[in-house]
Amino acid sequence: MTAKARHLQPDAEPAQPFKLSTRFSTFSRVAKYASARMIMLFVTVIIGVYLTILIANMGGYVDQIRRGQIQEQIGLRVQADPSLRDLPQGQRRELIQQLVIQEERRVGLDTPFIVRSFTYLKNALTLNLGRAEYMTSDSGSKQVRLILLERLVPTLALWGAANILLFFSSIFFALFLSRRYGSLPDRLVVALSPTSSAPGWFYGLFLILIFASVLGVLPFGGMVDAPPPAGKIPYALSVLEHLILPTTAILMSSVFLNTYNWRTFFLIYSSEDYVEMAKAKGLSSQEIERRYILRPTLPTIITSFALLLIGLWTGAIILETVFNWPGLGKAIYRAIGAFDTPVIVGSTMIFAYLLALTVFVLDFIYALVDPRVKLGGGGKRA
Amino acid sequence: MNKLGDALREIVKYPSVIVGLSIIALFIGIAIYTVIAIPYDEALRLWRGGEDVWYDHPKNARPIWVDWLTRDALPRTITASSQDEAVTKTTQVLSQEMTDVSFSLVFDYPYDGFPQELSLFFETEYEEKLPYASLTWITPDGRAVRIGDFSIEGDHTYRLSQDTKLQRRLGSEQPEKALFADPNSPDPEASPPLKGTYEMQISTLVFGKDDDIDAELVIYGQVQGLAGTDHRRRDLMVALLWGTPIALSFGLLAAAGTSLTTMFFAALGTWFGGWLDELIQRITEINLVLPVLPILIMVGTFYSKSIWTMLGVIILLSIFGGAVKTFRATFLQVKQDPYIEAAQAYGASNARIIFLYLIPRIIPLLLPGLVVLVPSFVFLEASLSVLGLGDPVLPTWGKIINDAYNNGALFQGHYYWLLEPSLLLMLTGLSFSLVGFALDRVFNPKLREM
Repeated sequence: MTAKARHLQPDAEPAQPFKLSTRFSTFSRVAKYASARMIMLFVTVIIGVYLTILIANMGGYVDQIRRGQIQEQIGLRVQADPSLRDLPQGQRRELIQQLVIQEERRVGLDTPFIVRSFTYLKNALTLNLGRAEYMTSDSGSKQVRLILLERLVPTLALWGAANILLFFSSIFFALFLSRRYGSLPDRLVVALSPTSSAPGWFYGLFLILIFASVLGVLPFGGMVDAPPPAGKIPYALSVLEHLILPTTAILMSSVFLNTYNWRTFFLIYSSEDYVEMAKAKGLSSQEIERRYILRPTLPTIITSFALLLIGLWTGAIILETVFNWPGLGKAIYRAIGAFDTPVIVGSTMIFAYLLALTVFVLDFIYALVDPRVKLGGGGKRA
Repeated sequence: MNKLGDALREIVKYPSVIVGLSIIALFIGIAIYTVIAIPYDEALRLWRGGEDVWYDHPKNARPIWVDWLTRDALPRTITASSQDEAVTKTTQVLSQEMTDVSFSLVFDYPYDGFPQELSLFFETEYEEKLPYASLTWITPDGRAVRIGDFSIEGDHTYRLSQDTKLQRRLGSEQPEKALFADPNSPDPEASPPLKGTYEMQISTLVFGKDDDIDAELVIYGQVQGLAGTDHRRRDLMVALLWGTPIALSFGLLAAAGTSLTTMFFAALGTWFGGWLDELIQRITEINLVLPVLPILIMVGTFYSKSIWTMLGVIILLSIFGGAVKTFRATFLQVKQDPYIEAAQAYGASNARIIFLYLIPRIIPLLLPGLVVLVPSFVFLEASLSVLGLGDPVLPTWGKIINDAYNNGALFQGHYYWLLEPSLLLMLTGLSFSLVGFALDRVFNPKLREM
């Protein structure tokens, strides 16, 4: 994702610092921009999910899942019906067969795929993801939706913590280095930036090896100690302890390149005339950074961060597997092992949503910080 | 094109490029050597082979260089076979239907550690009755230890280390320890084994005229080969070597495939403009929210795990990747240039303009991007392998990591198992990144000033 992030730099235009217009019109413009983007993204998600369905069903897998479910449901229903209990074996089987055909026709499995694909789309969009074949949620349900939603919280906790840390530390270090251009730490970051070619899980393996296997100071993986400590504070501390290594792994895989890119970016901007002007006016360097460098670069930085995040989501599956983190990624890994088709298809949908959500949240922040949106100068994205 | 040549001359001035290029050259050398030295079929036979191929290799043995780093001489694997020229079989006809075939397998044990395992592999030819063998162990200080008596059926493997009866007879100690321990030392369990010449005496009774017996004694060491072995006794070197051409070709093909197709579509969109450009832009936005890895996982679980299928899907999914936007921005600039207008004026065809005038101008942007992309695909292959979706037949670096991780290399301290493929992955990634970053700085001087 390194290339993607870097590709974003060239076309950012310097924006002048601006005066706030009235609060209300700003709010309405941001809301208008955000809702327009949301509609666009929603259409994008629909198309994305539809494409995923097409890919998934290339070999008739989604159909197979549905057929299996119908078979199971009807089998159970016939068995549970007391009036049918006395039927002889053969007759009962025939009855089940008949009901299955009827039900398949009812849900439209005999219609051409093009028609059915839209039914699947509707189901996917309403998160009606069907029932898992083998896996169960912690609460014992076989609903794919519940299995996956249960896993969403740990995933969001890990990725939220890591990415917020990544964002702020990158900005902090990038500003720091842009002030000390050519110094030892600056050259060090430039030299270390190629290390970002390795994904987070890769560094995770090394971190586990060093801190869990050899030194034995941090846990190998998981989210809390087993058994979980009683009481809220010990529980939270245990989770924090388990967060250290995966978060560090994510940071290691992107912080150097990110800092390097942003620092280059800040450097380009700090040679602008208005920055020189501000310096001449005798403003403090902190104020210059905040108002004349950070402010105009923030929209572009946020866009580049959005692309980085999309790349990092991809790594989530493996990172969670390596750290045994009970999130979505780990669920996918288990689903692959158990060949649990509904879970695999369902989680692909959830990931499509998560990607779109990431783009939307960052778009929203973008709208908040981009003066062009606020001033109503057309919501053109950098 | 002259500019390109200048740039290339300039790039070798970067020390990081020299380092990166030499690592890449080394890997290409290894890849060529591997493909020639271990042909594809042979590699598959070795990697998919079980005990039949790897019977004389220890399980999870560390690499030999570990021995060079430690002061103690770690035991290597020793094999002694009755088919060796030095071994003589004595045949003594006892009666009409009974013949005694005796031989002893002699070996030297100069190491400071105990072996990992002991096994005897018998190969027999018999008419009716099974041959009957009795085994005696002679230590360097002349003690004789009875190992056991049993009849041998066909090709029999006798694992001394798993014989509970023998273990009981040796005072509840692991045979591989008890048989090599020094009885005179105050603490035989903690002290090093008795060095010297050991002997395994095998005397068998055979009951047919042409009956014969052969045996091979394998004393499994703690170190094996330059790369060590895995849980299935396989020499990791096979996979490490074969992983090189696979990683390189996968990374390069994927990077080239995605970059070139992306560039082509960007050029097409910019040149023709209008609805085509709009369409390509919209597809790019949709492509952005497609979950690439989950889709690859679906393809891997449902259709095919073949590395070449994956390669195709990856290229298909990245045709409309984020790079379309960057290429487009540059193409839009180039499109305005007077020489393009001139080409149009003399009636150059669209294809000519796109391929001969537009695309060459984008090489400074394309080349660094392509090189920087290589590591991400090499790691993507490893990622898929770690998820258990590696190619079903080919040995790759990612599959070694997967094996190591699944078999608890981290918990049991078999660090070499994980570190060797990781190191190779890391070096590959780093070398391409170094070259790519430098190329970027040479081709895009705006960055170089910083």
